[in-house]
Amino acid sequence: MAASPALQAPETVDRQGRRWFYRHPLVIRLAHWINAAVLLVLLMSGLQIFNAHPALYWGAVSTFDDPALAITSDQGRDGKSRGVVTVGTRTFDTTGVLGLSREGGTEVERAFPSWATLPADQDLATGRRWHFLFAWLLVINGAVYLTYGLFSGQLRRRLIPDGDQIRHFGASVKEHLLLRFPEGTEAKRYNVIQKLTYLVLVLGLLPAMVLAGLAMSPGMDAAWPWLTELFGGRQSARSVHFIAAGLIVLFVVVHVLLVLVSGLVNNMRGMITGWFSLGRDREGAR
Amino acid sequence: MILHRRNLLTAGAGLMGTALLGGCDRFAGSDAGRQTLQVGEDANQYVQRLLMSPTTLAREFPAAMISPWFKPNGTIDPPDRAYRALAAKKFAEFKLTVDGLVQTPLSLSLADLRALPSRTQITRHDCVEGWSCIGQWAGVPLAEVLKRAGLKPQARYAVFHCADTLEYAGGGLEGGDGAFLGRPGHPGAVRDAYIQLAAAEDWGGAPTATDAPKDDWGQGSPAAEPEDKRTPIRYYESIDLYDAFNPQTILAYDLNGKPLPVSNGAPLRLRVERQLGYKQAKYVMRVEMVESLNGIGQGGGGYWEDRGYEWYAGI
Repeated sequence: MAASPALQAPETVDRQGRRWFYRHPLVIRLAHWINAAVLLVLLMSGLQIFNAHPALYWGAVSTFDDPALAITSDQGRDGKSRGVVTVGTRTFDTTGVLGLSREGGTEVERAFPSWATLPADQDLATGRRWHFLFAWLLVINGAVYLTYGLFSGQLRRRLIPDGDQIRHFGASVKEHLLLRFPEGTEAKRYNVIQKLTYLVLVLGLLPAMVLAGLAMSPGMDAAWPWLTELFGGRQSARSVHFIAAGLIVLFVVVHVLLVLVSGLVNNMRGMITGWFSLGRDREGAR
Repeated sequence: MILHRRNLLTAGAGLMGTALLGGCDRFAGSDAGRQTLQVGEDANQYVQRLLMSPTTLAREFPAAMISPWFKPNGTIDPPDRAYRALAAKKFAEFKLTVDGLVQTPLSLSLADLRALPSRTQITRHDCVEGWSCIGQWAGVPLAEVLKRAGLKPQARYAVFHCADTLEYAGGGLEGGDGAFLGRPGHPGAVRDAYIQLAAAEDWGGAPTATDAPKDDWGQGSPAAEPEDKRTPIRYYESIDLYDAFNPQTILAYDLNGKPLPVSNGAPLRLRVERQLGYKQAKYVMRVEMVESLNGIGQGGGGYWEDRGYEWYAGI
């Protein structure tokens, strides 16, 4: 533990006896906020692109009669239009949000509603342009983050559980589920669930997202046919891309909720200024 | 102090959100915005061509993977009188014109084209909308045609002029005022109509009447367009020499071992396998070699390119 970069990070105690810890270096903070904005644009432009053909398949090609997932609209028994999500053989009525939603007072048939897509109108061409430009920003930002993280030791500190954390995995899970958040020195490092979640996101989900996106490109398929094959074909890659997007949204929802319940101000201050409060230190207090 | 900061954060987040959602569309509609968004396309073309060579082939598939139904998209039954007249005679009078910056302009019948060296390939067609189909194409490599015509040194692009009218200049298909013309990238009513049409066709998956080969080359349709004084905008596409001389770049006359159906582009369609579906021009009547795309349509290089889609459709 003595060699851990966490313990080398600047730390100070203010006049009120509060311990402050410089949790997030500038590069990490910038990368975090750029990533947040870029992912939002990618999600919304991605839903715009999905709307052009709101169905998913497995394998190389589209089996139009038999999609794995489809968001459409049809006539309900009462003769009224309704939005329908079909997953395999099961159908769900999603009127108002998916398949059929209101846009400026009129009902429109579109998979994802206009408030969720970029641009708001059905406009595949512009959606694609947003998506591909911001995909580059995601990759460049991710490369800066990973390079910095690797050489500064931040990546190891943030993503790899320490030995004692693995030994106390069960207890840590329980603490986390009870929404008990550590204070003092223990708050200087992420807990084991945080580390593993970020590990899966940073080294699993986000790279898989980029690779599955590339696997859909006919140009990439010619250059690197193994990539599309890795996902089991272009349509599988498209489905994986969609599922990974859903998992990233799930991560963001849980992430934001936990930021809220574990101290919104302290967390936000940490990610904006870098300084994170470890609480009042009993020994250090006057 | 803390409260103040919290308010600031909340207000800031709200402001950013509103600016992002509302501002994005305005940004994308401005010239500077379009140029910025263009950067992604340029980067994609540059990097993809670093990763491949001019002769890199798209993947080819075994016959067992051929899709039972090859989804037609875009124009599936050209309304044009001249085209219908050709179709009525099973394209016996069809001539492909090869001109522009060539040493010897050519005029080739289907029989001429079939007499040239041919290539057969089973490839995957990837639509910009997201779906894919696998089909077997047979045709003459574009390189074989261009070799016979002989390129002038300035020739840089092959432009494909097609038989199918998509709209009329100054008045769209739906009698609109043509306001979207001259504003590439702006969502036009015609494009939306086509996208919706294409999406609507997906469900059910039953072939449309035009798919049945017996209906394809036959009766002139009674629904042929009336004589029209407006200027038709017919489909056009373009590729550069990098793709033009790729062995898989063919002018296809057969799909799955049979003459190309009208719905899939009879009698001749382009296959440029490393790019998306809208590059695969159907109903090709003329190949024009040019130095620059500036004089073609609105300069974007293709019908959809002039309406906001990327010229480089490798992604």
